[in-house]
Amino acid sequence: MRPDLPMTDSAAPWASPIPRLHALPHEITGLDPHGHLAGPGRLSGEHGPLRIGIGGPVGSGKTALVAALCRVLGDRLELGVVTNDIYTTEDADFLRRNAVLPDERIVAVQTGCCPHTAIRDDITANLDAVDDLIERLPPLDLVLVESGGDNLTASFSKGLVDVQIFVVDVAGGDKVPRKGGPGVTGADLLVINKTDLAPFVGADLTVMADDAHRVRGTGPVVMQSLREDPQATEVANWVLGHVGTTVRERAASHR
Amino acid sequence: MLALADQRLPSGGHVHSGGVEQAITDGLVHDVPTLERFLERRLRTTGLVTAGLAAAACVLADRSDAADALRRLEAEADARTPSPAQRSASRAQGRGLLRTARAAWAAPSATLNWSDLGPRPHHPLVLGCAARAGGVAPEGAALVAAYLAVSAPSTAAQRLLALDPVSVAAVTVRLGPGIELTAARAEFPHLPDDSDPLLDLLAERHAAREERLFAS
Repeated sequence: MRPDLPMTDSAAPWASPIPRLHALPHEITGLDPHGHLAGPGRLSGEHGPLRIGIGGPVGSGKTALVAALCRVLGDRLELGVVTNDIYTTEDADFLRRNAVLPDERIVAVQTGCCPHTAIRDDITANLDAVDDLIERLPPLDLVLVESGGDNLTASFSKGLVDVQIFVVDVAGGDKVPRKGGPGVTGADLLVINKTDLAPFVGADLTVMADDAHRVRGTGPVVMQSLREDPQATEVANWVLGHVGTTVRERAASHR
Repeated sequence: MLALADQRLPSGGHVHSGGVEQAITDGLVHDVPTLERFLERRLRTTGLVTAGLAAAACVLADRSDAADALRRLEAEADARTPSPAQRSASRAQGRGLLRTARAAWAAPSATLNWSDLGPRPHHPLVLGCAARAGGVAPEGAALVAAYLAVSAPSTAAQRLLALDPVSVAAVTVRLGPGIELTAARAEFPHLPDDSDPLLDLLAERHAAREERLFAS
């Protein structure tokens, strides 16, 4: 409070409290505890397909990972992909060109110069793209949302995705996991990509793994090289595990 | 009303440049003075029309035949937006705002449901209905529409040209009286129909190009 202004703040003993207009949902007696099964951005209340965000710095291999997941999971799951290219439809075109998924399963959105805004602060364009996919291709099991290449502070809003993968690469320097940031520390899965390049860029994989585990606590970390394992086996299994969870949750909510 | 005018209201406006991205590519906007001229021009045409539509929606949402009246207003909005790219940009932003408004208010009024607007209504119509839901007068809805017509493109220009943010903010302030005049001229039942062939052209050229950062 500024002493030079004739104002009081609400902590002043004579100030009456601002009345509350409504009881908040959790204050309605008799309904607690209750779960929120509807999940991200779903005003309709239906859970719909699992949504996984894939983020990370420029060139860390997000699109290559998405392509690998599409190849491995494409014939086992009903799959859709949303790409957030910075400037062109490059990523979407890459996926189409490599024919990892039919054209109609891939949607590109523009992010107005600000890739992290589109996945975190104002997710409207991405929600619309996801809704379009769900509307056009029912019933989907999984939607992958790939962010535009950004910096280490980028992360996905929980309104847009259920879980997120953060991809960094060995060539970006072995101090990246130590530097942390919301993506590295908070993502549901951290992928350290391009491990085959370690000897060429002088990166110490042990240091990277140790740092990653230190900043992430019990959060999972996958070290991978898509050259050596084009199937991205560990990540694909992690994804399948989450799809299984969603299907079970959905079954439980219908009971 | 302040929440509706706030560009941080998460309803998708930040991916639309209102023609500024193409105007920059075509060399029409390259610094703060050219941006100011562009914004003033946009305010007098697009801004005036959207302000009129927003004010009208705000009034009509209260009528007993609100759903029908809003449907007719949709047709009026289409007729006032000759460029297909601009129509689809307006509908994309209307869809985004509708999502936010639905979360904030159960219905626009006692005689209208959000679903009466359809899945992709024009942005100023949703804005007018959201204003009605929030107890904002039609003049307020017009003011927000006119303000958004310049604030959104100015942010886009600032990002694309890396302009001095303080100078860009000063431009918005200088346009303030113009924004108020525009809103005042858009009073229902007057429904302005000014158009700007340049903005239509820019929108169409933008929709046809390959590389772009903004959706419109």
